[in-house]
Amino acid sequence: MIEKALKGNRSYWIWTLFLGALVASGLSAYYQQRWLGLTVTGMGREASWGLYTAQFTFLVGVAASAVMVTLLHQKELTKTVIIALFMAASATLMSILFAVADMGKPDRLLNIIFYTNPRSLVFWDLLFLSGYLATTLTAGWAMLGAEKKGVPPPAWVKSLLNLSIPLAVGIFFATAFLYGGLPDLSLWVTGVLALRFIASAFAAGMALLILVTLIVKKTKGLDTGKEAREKLAMVATYAGVANVLLLGVQFFTTFYGNAPLLWFSLIAGVVSVAILLIPASRKSQQWLVAACTALVLSVWVDKSAGLLIGGELFPAPLGSIVTYAPTSTEMFVVAGIWSFGSLLFTALLKVVVAVKAEHRG
Amino acid sequence: MMNEQRREFIKKTALGVFVGLGAASGLVPAFSLEKTALPVWDEKPVPGKIRWGMLIDTRKCKEGCQQCVAACHHEHNVPAFKNRREEIRWIWKNSYKNVFPTADNAGASKEIQSRTFLSLCNHCADSPCTQICPTGATFKRWDGIVEIDYHRCIGCRFCMPACPYGSLSFNWQDPRTAIVDPVTAYPTREQGVVEKCNFCSDRLIKGLQPACVEVCPEQALVFGDLNDPASDIRVLLESNVTMQRKPELGTKPSVFYII
Repeated sequence: MIEKALKGNRSYWIWTLFLGALVASGLSAYYQQRWLGLTVTGMGREASWGLYTAQFTFLVGVAASAVMVTLLHQKELTKTVIIALFMAASATLMSILFAVADMGKPDRLLNIIFYTNPRSLVFWDLLFLSGYLATTLTAGWAMLGAEKKGVPPPAWVKSLLNLSIPLAVGIFFATAFLYGGLPDLSLWVTGVLALRFIASAFAAGMALLILVTLIVKKTKGLDTGKEAREKLAMVATYAGVANVLLLGVQFFTTFYGNAPLLWFSLIAGVVSVAILLIPASRKSQQWLVAACTALVLSVWVDKSAGLLIGGELFPAPLGSIVTYAPTSTEMFVVAGIWSFGSLLFTALLKVVVAVKAEHRG
Repeated sequence: MMNEQRREFIKKTALGVFVGLGAASGLVPAFSLEKTALPVWDEKPVPGKIRWGMLIDTRKCKEGCQQCVAACHHEHNVPAFKNRREEIRWIWKNSYKNVFPTADNAGASKEIQSRTFLSLCNHCADSPCTQICPTGATFKRWDGIVEIDYHRCIGCRFCMPACPYGSLSFNWQDPRTAIVDPVTAYPTREQGVVEKCNFCSDRLIKGLQPACVEVCPEQALVFGDLNDPASDIRVLLESNVTMQRKPELGTKPSVFYII
C-alpha cells in the first residue's frame, strides 16, 4: 500500500520536498548538538527544560486525545477513525523524538529498559508512548488494508483499539504527574494540573483533527463528513470550556496573572470556545477553522510557554529568576522533528485517500 | 637433586603468588597496592544501618574563604565553567535567602542575612531525584548517600527540577576542556550527564573524611553517622539548635546547619 504515497501531483511533491528540506536542516542542527553538546541550546542550569520538552508535552496530549474517536465509537466517525489513528501515531512518534532530542546521552536510551526504575514516571510515560505508537499505527494500517480488500478488519484490530484506550489514559496521567510531582515547583504542584492536562489535550487534539479533515477535504476531495466534524467540535467545545475554566481559576491563585503569554492563551481559549458555543458560527466552516486554529494555538502556548517555561521560572528555584530564550539550532531541530512527523502523517494520509478513492471507483 | 630443586622452585613460586594475591587484595597491608581501610569491609553492607550526615557550623565559617569549594572541586575534577548557565558545582556559597528561602526571614538578624552559607547535595532520606530517574542512574546507597552512575545516566535532566536545592549540574558540553588541574584518583565525566556532590564516597572507602571537612581551617564541618548515637555529629545535633533546608517539603535532608 505504501507505494501509493509515491504518486502525487505537483503540490503534493512541493509540500513533501519542503518538509524534507526542513528535516534535513533539522538533522544538521541536531548533528551539531550531538557533537558540541546541549550547550548549543538556550537551556542552562536554572532553565533545564526548554522548547523540546514543551513540544513533548503538547504532542503527548494531542496523541492521547485521538483515543476519543475510538471511545465515542459512533457511526458518523467511521471514516475519521483511521485518520485519527494515524494522527495519534505521528504525534506519538514526534513526542518520542522530542524526548530523545532533549537527552544528553541518547545513545543510552535503552538503559530505560535495561535498568528499569518502576518508581519513575518518566519510565512509565515512555513505555505507554511506545505501546501507543505500536497499537495505533498497526491498527490503522490493518484497517486500511482491510478496506482496500473490501473486507471487514480482522478481529484483533478491535483488541488493539481497546488496548490503546488504557495506554492513552496512562499517558495522560503519567505525563501530568511527572510535572505535578516535582516538590519545589509550586506552580505545578496542584491536583488541577492533571485535569487541565486532559481537558487541554482533548480541546487541542480534536480541534487539530477537525483542521486535518478539512485540509484533506480541500486538497484531496475526501470528505469524512460534516456530522463527524460536528461530533469532534462538540468534544472540543466541552474540553475547551473545562480548560479555560481550569486555567482561569488559576489566574486568581498563583503567579499566572504576571505572564503575558498565559493571558494570550486564556483570551484565545475563551474566544475560540465562544465561537464553538454559538451554533450559527460553529456550523460555518470559516468560523470553525478560526475557532479550531485559535484553540490549538491557545493550548500550544499554554503548554509550552505557560506550563513549562513559566512553571520553571516563576517559582524561581533558589530565588533567582532566569530567562530562557531558545537558540536557532534548537529551533531548527524543533522544525525538523515537526516536519518529520508531518511528512509521515502526509504519506499515511495519501495512502488513506488513495485507498478510499480506489474503493469508491 | 632434581626433585629437590623443583620442590624449592614450587615453594618459592607459591609464596610469590600468595604474597602477590595478598598484596593485591589488601590482605598483607604492608604490601597492599591500594590502601583500603579494613574496617569498612568488616561486615556486609546493611541498608539503613549507616546514614552519613553533615553538620555545618555557619558561625565558624569564614566569609570569603573558599578552601572547601576548591578542595572538593579539585579532588573530583569539577570543571570551572565561568558562564553561569553552564556552571558545574558540587559545593558552593550562597546568600541566606537563597539557601533558606522558606525560613522565617523576620527572625534572622541583619548579620545572618549578610553572611553566605554553604550549599551542597543534602543526600535526602526521601530523595525526589532518585525517584524520578528513569534508569536508576541517580540512586540511594545502603549508607544513605545519593550517588550518580555516570555511565548509566541518559542525560534526561528530570532530576534537576526535581531537586528543591538545585544540587545537580549538567554537563552541557565536554567538561574535560575546563578542568584546571586534573587528578587521576577520580574519574572525569563526559558531555551529557549530570553530576553532584557524592559525600566523598570515594574517600570514605579509604577511611578518609570528606575533602571539605578535612580542609576546613575552622573545623566548621562535622561528618558522621546519623544513626550512631555516640557519633560526634549526633552529640552536636542533640546539644545545638540546628536547621535543615526546606524541611517542609519532606525530603529529610542529611545536611544540618547551626546558624
